[in-house]
Amino acid sequence: MQSVNGLVGHGALLIALPFIALGIIIVPVAVKRGRRDWLELAYGAVYANFALMTAAALAMITALVTHDFSVSYVAQVGSRETPLFYTIISLWGALEGSILFWAWVLSLYGMLVVAINKSRAGNLVPYAAMTLLAISLFFAILLIGPANPFLNVSPVPANGPGPNPLLQNHILMAVHPPLLYLGYVGMSVPFAFAVGAVLSGEAEQNDWIKVTRTWTMASWGFLSAAIIAGMWWSYEVLGWGGYWAWDPVENASFLPWLTATAFLHSAMVQERRGMLRVWNLNLVVGTFVLTILGTFLTRSGIISSVHAFTTGTIGYYFLAFITIVLVFGGVIVAGSSDRLRSKGKLDSAASRETVFLLNNLFLTAFMLTVLVGTLFPLVAEAVRGVKVSVGGPFFNRMSLPIIAALLFLMGVGPALPWKIASKADLKSKLIPPTVGAVFLAAVALVVGIRDPYGVVVFAFVGYAATANFREFSIGARARRVARGESWPTAFVRLVEGNRRRYGGYIAHFGVFFVALGVAMSSTLRTEHEATLQRGMTMQIAGRTLRLQDIWGREEPQRQVVGATLEIMDGNRVTGTLQPRMNFYRTQQEPVPTPDVRSGVLGDLYLNLMAFRPDGSTATIRAIYQPLVPWIWFGGGVVVFGAIVGGWPTARRRRAPAPVVVPTPPSPPPTREPEYAA
Amino acid sequence: MNRKKGILIGGAVIIVAAFAYLLYGGLDQNVVYFLTPKELLAKGTKAVDVPVRLGGQVKPGTVKWNDTTLDLHFTITDGTSEINVASKGAPPQMFRDGMGVVVEGRYRADGTFNCTNLMVKHSNEYRPPKAGEKPQDMQKTLIKGA
Repeated sequence: MQSVNGLVGHGALLIALPFIALGIIIVPVAVKRGRRDWLELAYGAVYANFALMTAAALAMITALVTHDFSVSYVAQVGSRETPLFYTIISLWGALEGSILFWAWVLSLYGMLVVAINKSRAGNLVPYAAMTLLAISLFFAILLIGPANPFLNVSPVPANGPGPNPLLQNHILMAVHPPLLYLGYVGMSVPFAFAVGAVLSGEAEQNDWIKVTRTWTMASWGFLSAAIIAGMWWSYEVLGWGGYWAWDPVENASFLPWLTATAFLHSAMVQERRGMLRVWNLNLVVGTFVLTILGTFLTRSGIISSVHAFTTGTIGYYFLAFITIVLVFGGVIVAGSSDRLRSKGKLDSAASRETVFLLNNLFLTAFMLTVLVGTLFPLVAEAVRGVKVSVGGPFFNRMSLPIIAALLFLMGVGPALPWKIASKADLKSKLIPPTVGAVFLAAVALVVGIRDPYGVVVFAFVGYAATANFREFSIGARARRVARGESWPTAFVRLVEGNRRRYGGYIAHFGVFFVALGVAMSSTLRTEHEATLQRGMTMQIAGRTLRLQDIWGREEPQRQVVGATLEIMDGNRVTGTLQPRMNFYRTQQEPVPTPDVRSGVLGDLYLNLMAFRPDGSTATIRAIYQPLVPWIWFGGGVVVFGAIVGGWPTARRRRAPAPVVVPTPPSPPPTREPEYAA
Repeated sequence: MNRKKGILIGGAVIIVAAFAYLLYGGLDQNVVYFLTPKELLAKGTKAVDVPVRLGGQVKPGTVKWNDTTLDLHFTITDGTSEINVASKGAPPQMFRDGMGVVVEGRYRADGTFNCTNLMVKHSNEYRPPKAGEKPQDMQKTLIKGA
C-alpha cells in the first residue's frame, strides 16, 4: 500500500507524460494549419507540466519532512536524526531527487518562457516551447523509469541512513545546487530558442538573438554564482584549503560557462554587424550539449565524485539523449548555414569586432582544452585499458596563457570602436591602461609574487581594469560637463542609459577581483603542519597559534571532535578557531570541518588532521592564503553585472526577459571524496 | 575574394593544428598513470622520478608514524609486489592496516616512493554499517559521559 505522498508524486509524474507528449505534437500541427488558437493548448501543456512537476516536488518534500520511509528516495536519504533544514535540501542530495529537481526547474523555465514571450508574433515561441517540452519528456521518462524517486518500499523501514555526510555538513549545500540547476537547466532556453528560430525560419532575423541573449544572461548569472558557490563549498568543507582542482565535476560546470560567455560577446557582433550568425547557433547548441554532457559525467557514475551518486542504467539514457541532441543540433545548424551567410564583413583589424572574434577564439580553445583534459582519462581507459589521470599541471599549463590573453582582451575591447579605429584613437586610449598595467605589475613584485604568470595576471588586470574604469569615468565626465550632474548622479544615469554595456563592464570588474584572488592565493600560499599538546604553539605567516583544548561532543546525527586554538598577536589573543572532525554514524571516515578566519587581505585556515584518542595531542594543518575572499566578492560583482546588464528594460515593448535573477554572491563545483586526503 | 577566403581557411587550419599539437604535448607530459606496485616495478627505470599514482593496500604492521617530526612510513602492497612509501604529514584519522590507499608522488632510484598526496580509498556509497562491522569509535573516549 503506497502512502499518499508516493501516490501523489508518482501520479503527478505519470499524468505529466501525456500532457508533455500532447504539447509536443500540437505545435507543428497548429503551425502548419495556421491555427494559433491550438497553440494555447500547447501552452496549456507547458503550464500543466509545471503544475504537475511542482506537485511531485512538493510531495517529495512532504515525504522527506514527515519521514515517510515507504517512499524509496526517503528511505535512501532520510533519517529521523537529520536536522529539518538538511532534510529539506536532501531533495537534491542524491540521484533520483536531483533529477526530480532538475525536471521541476526545467518546467519552471518553460512556464516562464511562455508567460513572458508568448505574445510575440511568429512561430519562434511555439517551437521553443515545443523544444522545452521535448527536453522535459526526456527527464519525465527518467523519473518514471531508471530514476524513479517514488517507488514503494515494503516493509517500511523505521529509519534511514540520512544524507551523504559531506552533503549535510555545510549551509552552502542549500545554495550551490539550486544555483547550479538554475544556470545549467537555464541553458536549455537559449537552445530552445535556437531550434525555434531555425524551425520557424526566423534565424535570419536578429530578433531571436535578442531574446536568447537575455535568457542566456540570466542563466549565465546563475551559473557564474553557482561556480563560485561550489568553489566556496569545496574550500569550507573538504579541508584541503583549495577551491579549484580541475576535478571533472568542476570542469563539467565550467565548460558550458565558457561557451555561454563566448555567446554573450559574439551575440553583440551579430546584432551590430550581422556577422557570426552560424557561429552563434553553434555556440548555443554547444552550450546545451555541454550541460547534458556534464550531467552525464556527474550523474552516470562514470566518474567517481561526490556528485556521482550511483551506478545504474541511467548513463545509457543520457548517452542516447546526447546522441539525439547532437544529431538534431547538427542537422539544424547545417541545414540553415547556407541561409545564414554573413551580411557584414570585417572592416579593420583594429576594431571591437576583431577583439570579440579573438575573445571567442580563446574561449573556445579554453573549452576544448578543458574538455580534452576531462575526457582523456575515459578515452584512455576505454581504448588502451590504462588508468590515467590528467592533473592540475596540464590544465594550468594550457589555460594560463589563455586566461592571460583573455584578461588582456578585456582591456582592449572596450577601448576600441566598432568598425575601425584611427591611429590617434588608439594612442589616446591605450596609454592609460598601460600605466595601470605597469602599476599592478609593480604591486605584484612588491608583495612578493615571483611566478611569471602571477605577475602577468596582475599586469593585465591592471591594464584591463584601467580601460574598463575609463569607460565609466569618461562617460560620467561628459554628463557632468553637458548637464551639470554630480559625479554619483552622472555615474548612475550613465549606467542606466546603457545597462547592457555597463553591466558587461561591471562583470569584467568581478572577473578582475577573481583573477587577483586566484593569482595571489595560489602563488603566496603558506602552509604549516604540527602536532601540539595543550598550551603548545605553532607559527604561520607571522601569527602564533596556541592549542587551548581538544574536546568531544555528542550531537543527534553525529559525534564531533574539535580543537580550540587561540590566534595570538604578541601576547594578546585576537581570536579563536575551532577546526573539527565530524563522525557520522553511517560513514567510516570522519568528515573534516576546517575553520577559517577571513580578512580583507587573506584567510587563516585551520584543519584538524589527527588526534590521539586520549585527547593529549592534536595535529593541526594551518594555511595562510592572501586574497581568497576577493574570489567570493568578485563572484558577487559578476552576478551584479549580469543583473544590471540582463534585467529587462521597461520601455521596450514586451520585454523579453526572465523575471528571475540571482541574488547571493555565491557559487559551484567541488571535489571528489572518493579519495579523501 | 577567393584568395582572401583561401588565406582565411589556411590560417584557421594552421591555428587548429598548432592548438592540437599543444594539447597533445601537454597531455603527453602531464598524464599521471595509475599503477599497482607490480606494474610500477615492471616498468623498471622508466618509472623512476615520474609522477605516478600508486594504488594498493597498507601492509599490516608496517605503519610508522612520528607525530613530532610528522614522518609517515608504510609499505604498500598488491599481494605480490610491495613498495616502501615515505610521506610527510598526518595520515588520515582512519588510516589503518590493510586499508586501500592511493599515493601520489614519485618513485625514487633508491626504491622508496616519495608521496606528496595520500588518499584513502573508500566507497563513495554511504550506508549503515553491515552486521559485524563496527564504525571506528576512537572519538568516543573524548565524548563526555559516553
